[in-house]
Amino acid sequence: MSELLKVTHLHKEFGKNVVLKDINLTVKKGEVVVIIGPSGCGKSTFLRCLNGLEELQDGVITVDGLPVEANKREITKLRQKIGMVFQSYELFPHMSVLDNIILAPLKVQRRNKEEAVREATELLDKVGLLDKKDYFPRQLSGGQKQRVAIVRALLMHPDILLFDEVTAALDPEMVHEVLETMLALARSGSTMLIVTHEMAFAKAVADRIVFIDKGEIVEETTDVADFFKEPSTPRAKKFLSTFTYE
Amino acid sequence: MLDLGIDVLFKGTNFLRLLQGLWVSIEISLISVVISILLGMIVGVLMTMNNPILHVALKVYLEIVRIMPQMVLLFIVYFGTTRVFGLDLSAEASAIIVFCFWGTAEMGDLVRGSIKSISKVQFESAYALGMDKVQTYWYVISPQTFRRLVPLSINLITRMIKTTSLVMMIGIVEVLKVSQQIIEANRKISPNAAFGVFAVVFLLYFMVCWPISRLSNYLEKRWV
Ligand SMILES: Nc1ncnc2c1ncn2[C@@H]1O[C@H](COP(=O)(O)OP(=O)(O)OP(=O)(O)O)[C@@H](O)[C@H]1O
Ligand SMILES: [Mg+2]
Repeated sequence: MSELLKVTHLHKEFGKNVVLKDINLTVKKGEVVVIIGPSGCGKSTFLRCLNGLEELQDGVITVDGLPVEANKREITKLRQKIGMVFQSYELFPHMSVLDNIILAPLKVQRRNKEEAVREATELLDKVGLLDKKDYFPRQLSGGQKQRVAIVRALLMHPDILLFDEVTAALDPEMVHEVLETMLALARSGSTMLIVTHEMAFAKAVADRIVFIDKGEIVEETTDVADFFKEPSTPRAKKFLSTFTYE
Repeated sequence: MLDLGIDVLFKGTNFLRLLQGLWVSIEISLISVVISILLGMIVGVLMTMNNPILHVALKVYLEIVRIMPQMVLLFIVYFGTTRVFGLDLSAEASAIIVFCFWGTAEMGDLVRGSIKSISKVQFESAYALGMDKVQTYWYVISPQTFRRLVPLSINLITRMIKTTSLVMMIGIVEVLKVSQQIIEANRKISPNAAFGVFAVVFLLYFMVCWPISRLSNYLEKRWV
């Protein structure tokens, strides 16, 4: 399989605070990589670097062979290849669900409106939100907003999807519907990079687990089941133990 | 029957003159609001920039506007400038200058507030979808700023219309001045005119300001 995303020697700091140290990661087409790690270890910053929302101090990121560089004009082209869904579901509040979804396809990719609307309709139907297409974001629940945000990212036909704790701000009963949507995407062959604190979901969806602690990749494995049973590093072991209550 | 003294309004062109006076108030407010909105947008955007000198200068400007009574400003501009700089400013021009000085500060603050109140994630969501800066401001940020601004600036219009009652102090014949003139002229024959005429002036103000403030309420509910 071909390499879609390649990160080499990524180094990121905020002032004197080193947040990511010498990160190396390759994601192949169709692969689902789940990133886990304690709060503040740099997961969100890592994803933000990947689509050029943060400047790097060192290292190279390429998507489909093209370098990701914040503040370069080409970055807008690259971002179309990278779909991102944030923790705080930020739909555009002044636009209906449908308009939120088709805005970028129409204005950025200059697609045909009829065709974009047709595809948006299909996707909304798939996530069970077709009846909400003319609603405004404030009329939706958190889980519904998050699914719309996912559809909005999908309609750009990105090569890779980044998810940053998309269920963290949701009420427990809404987490499920969003995770189902992501699981379906993963099964349909999408390339995904997921940051999550839902360990059961991570286990179910991941082809590979990346464990980050204090800005470093501490453990990385494709033996997902084994990792959750018996991680090989003490730091991962300690982290996973925080999820079991006795 | 109770003599309210309204009858004086039906004498000659009295009522027409009152309406003309009202129009003077509205005209001064409208011109001032339009200029204030335009200048206020510039000031508001300048205030969101992190330039320390600009920041201090604009802070001082806002404070002056807040502290100084509009009447004092009117006197300074109308009587003061004529003497000191030998400028021959008409009363209307002076009034508009003072109202713009005030309105620009208020609008500037409102514009700054609306831009600041839009979360960083709105910008980033747009960037993440591949939009450039111009597209982001055009499709995502400005419409939200604008929606927040419209009800607030409508509000400013009503406050300006009310405050125009001050401009008679520099000799502009607006609605309140006209009513005073009518009352004066009829003091002998209709001593109760003060009540009736001012009551009508009250109604006129109400008829102008009430729909405007309803509109602003409506837009606020619809858009926020
Ligand atoms: N804009 C910023 N300026 C300065 N420091 C920042 C900034 N953003 C993040 N940091 C710091 O970088 C570190 C990593 O933050 P990050 O948000 O990437 O962690 P995270 O792994 O996503 O945590 P969480 O699980 O809580 O979301 C933290 O120490 C944080 O304080
Ligand atoms: Mg995070």
